[in-house]
Amino acid sequence: MFEQHLAVLPVLLPLIAAPLVVLINKPRAAWLLSTLFVGACVYISFGLVSATMDGGALRYALGGWEPPWGIEMRVDSANAFVLLTVSVIATLVLLFAKESIASEVAHKQLPLFYSAYLLCLAGLSGILITGDAFNLFVFLEISSLATYTLVSLAADRRCLTAAFRYLVMGTIGATFILIGVGMLYMKTGTLNMLDLAERIQAVESHRTINTGLAFIMVGVSIKLALFPLHMWLPAAYSFAPSAVTAFLAGTATKVAIYVMLRFVFTIFGAGYVFEQMNMEIIVLVLALAGIFQCSFVATTQSNIKTLLAYSSVAQVGYIILGVSLVSLTGLTASLLHIFNHALMKAALFMAVGAVFYRMGSVQIIAFQGLGRRMPWTMSAFTIAGLSIIGVPLTVGFISKWYLVTAALEQGNWLVAFLVLVASLFAVVYIGKVIEAAYFKEPSEDADATKIKEVPVSMLIPMWLLVLANIYFGIDTSLTVSAATAGAEALLNGSSLVGGVQ
Amino acid sequence: MTVLIDLILLAMLVITAFRIIYIKDLFSVVMLFGIYSFLCAALFVTLDAVDVAFTEASVGAGISTVLMLSTIAITGRKEKLSLHSHTFATLIVLLTGGALIYGTFDMPLFGLADNPVHEHVAPRYIETSPTEIGLPNMVTSVLASYRGFDTFGETVVVFAAAIGVFSLLGVRGKPTELLAQEQGLTQHKVLRVVAKISIPLIILFALYVQFHGDFGPGGGFQAGVIAAAAFILYALTFSLRKAVGVVSPRFVKYLAPVGVLLYASVGLVSMLNGANFLDYNVLAADPVDGQHYGIIIIELGVGITVFSVMLGIFYAFAGQVEKANVQ
Repeated sequence: MFEQHLAVLPVLLPLIAAPLVVLINKPRAAWLLSTLFVGACVYISFGLVSATMDGGALRYALGGWEPPWGIEMRVDSANAFVLLTVSVIATLVLLFAKESIASEVAHKQLPLFYSAYLLCLAGLSGILITGDAFNLFVFLEISSLATYTLVSLAADRRCLTAAFRYLVMGTIGATFILIGVGMLYMKTGTLNMLDLAERIQAVESHRTINTGLAFIMVGVSIKLALFPLHMWLPAAYSFAPSAVTAFLAGTATKVAIYVMLRFVFTIFGAGYVFEQMNMEIIVLVLALAGIFQCSFVATTQSNIKTLLAYSSVAQVGYIILGVSLVSLTGLTASLLHIFNHALMKAALFMAVGAVFYRMGSVQIIAFQGLGRRMPWTMSAFTIAGLSIIGVPLTVGFISKWYLVTAALEQGNWLVAFLVLVASLFAVVYIGKVIEAAYFKEPSEDADATKIKEVPVSMLIPMWLLVLANIYFGIDTSLTVSAATAGAEALLNGSSLVGGVQ
Repeated sequence: MTVLIDLILLAMLVITAFRIIYIKDLFSVVMLFGIYSFLCAALFVTLDAVDVAFTEASVGAGISTVLMLSTIAITGRKEKLSLHSHTFATLIVLLTGGALIYGTFDMPLFGLADNPVHEHVAPRYIETSPTEIGLPNMVTSVLASYRGFDTFGETVVVFAAAIGVFSLLGVRGKPTELLAQEQGLTQHKVLRVVAKISIPLIILFALYVQFHGDFGPGGGFQAGVIAAAAFILYALTFSLRKAVGVVSPRFVKYLAPVGVLLYASVGLVSMLNGANFLDYNVLAADPVDGQHYGIIIIELGVGITVFSVMLGIFYAFAGQVEKANVQ
């Protein structure tokens, strides 16, 4: 019975847990229940990854109605891989959140916080595994609403403005996606993704479909924070509670990138989007512009959360860059970096969260001299930071390696060169923090004797991520094969549409 | 004839939209929003989408208006003059509008029988839903059964909104002193009498919409909103204190997740019976009966959640108005 429902459980479990948590209304029990359910999602995601590794897909007809009349969940190696990333990060952040969130969110609100967290996860999982374009929008709404709530729960009141801006931008993005899906429906009479892919061919060059593509691309670009539509992200990441930032940085933009991949490769088809509409030029230029502009802005920040937020926008640029190359290696690099970047950014934001837990500040001045007082936290920050830079033996290196290879494959020396140059910015902004932590004396007003390492329950998830950064930087067989399988699934999707298979 | 009606309605819609942009008095803006929603609802009726019209009228014109009014009770009635230049924003809006118009050029003509939306998925709903599901209202068959997972998702969206509002504004505990003195609109005798007569009727109508949704327009979403409207009307005319005495905010907070769980439990029972999530066929010996049971229960779940969330959000907003009055 369990096997039969494998493809729907990642979204059902958190969806059922979220209302339960509100009914229980006890912070500790709420946390425990959430962790159990989310942990179960990790187990299921592993099952899904191994079940789809051979290139097959699991389909699940909800209500027993066969698609396109009913809604189906459809898991292939592409979304299984992203789903695994999301559920692993969600679990580790929950472990971290127990202490971290308790210190940042009012005690009374904790059950509601965990409920919103579960709703957010359920929404993200739903977006990932659904095979229906409108159902995707419904889950997008769930995850977005929950995200705005999560961002707005920090003690710093500035989070309200950040959440409001995020809400306005996010709603515009979601509306654009809905308008686009509506146009597709009008021309094809279906909402099922595979069915859409098949029927869209007959009407491919129609102006309504072109407009639908434009609206969906712009809407998704807002959601994934593609330069220059990223302005909501730095504020939201800076003012959200630490654990929320760690969670969002590892999951939310990644899922939006998946949505773009799904629409481009499975529904519209790469041939239409890239050859006919020449989207790859626009996307490539925006990705590179984002990498450089946001990396540069990151070097000028003194608030470390803002610094890392700008770095995140730049990293989104790398992922999109891989997509714009439209090749197996490029897509593999993108999927790899979705996973790898989740590992490093979640670890970095956890480390910053740990500093906030002790210092009550994330300004660079608070980091001074922390190398000695919070050795575990700062060494975690350092290793994850090296990973962002792309130093060998970390996952960051693997991502960059595949990205540069993909660029060179097409003889695109300029792109390969620019990717490497952009890494120098990361050296500057990560180096700045490391310098403060290890080579500067603590600032005078900080009461030095009171500063000590954070509780073990915060260090364990942080270090699990750091170790994963190193492990998957050395043994790449698992991640690369999963990412390659995912890239193949996406490309096959479009060749299936093109009638090659 | 319908073309004429459509044209008039659309023209009024455009005029209302322009008024909303230019008027600086927020109270008038809220009223115009209500009118805008009513015009939309009327348009939906001419499109034969009565279920959608129903929802638009009750949510857009009803509850949203009340919530926006409670917001301007806190923030003030006048729009602040913006010092920013709007040129770039106007350009973006014009570009978006232009793109939308460009998109209409290859759209299938309005109302033709051989449009893709009528030819691919829809025929199956029309031809086999009477025997597969057996409901006269096909919209309910599609929403509650064929695409029941979307409806489950939408119920969760409503719940997620409540989580957001409750965590930001708080759920009111015991009534404060100020609230205890509140008398409601005692001077307005006519209002009180009209409210007294209409509230039971509204509740009765909500129940009718809830359980008659299988046969005519309606269902859990509309019923939940209408029922909540009755309680909000009670709170507005007879004081919040009395309304809170009837249905307390804490109760509402715990009721919201119950509706979602009720919906989910139908799916879980299907799973226990060996079928897929939300497959109602296995709920009874006869699949068509199973569909009926399933749809009635999930609609009830939707109604419970929508009712409690709407009322809960109103309570939360009213709590803020009260707080603002104290200060």
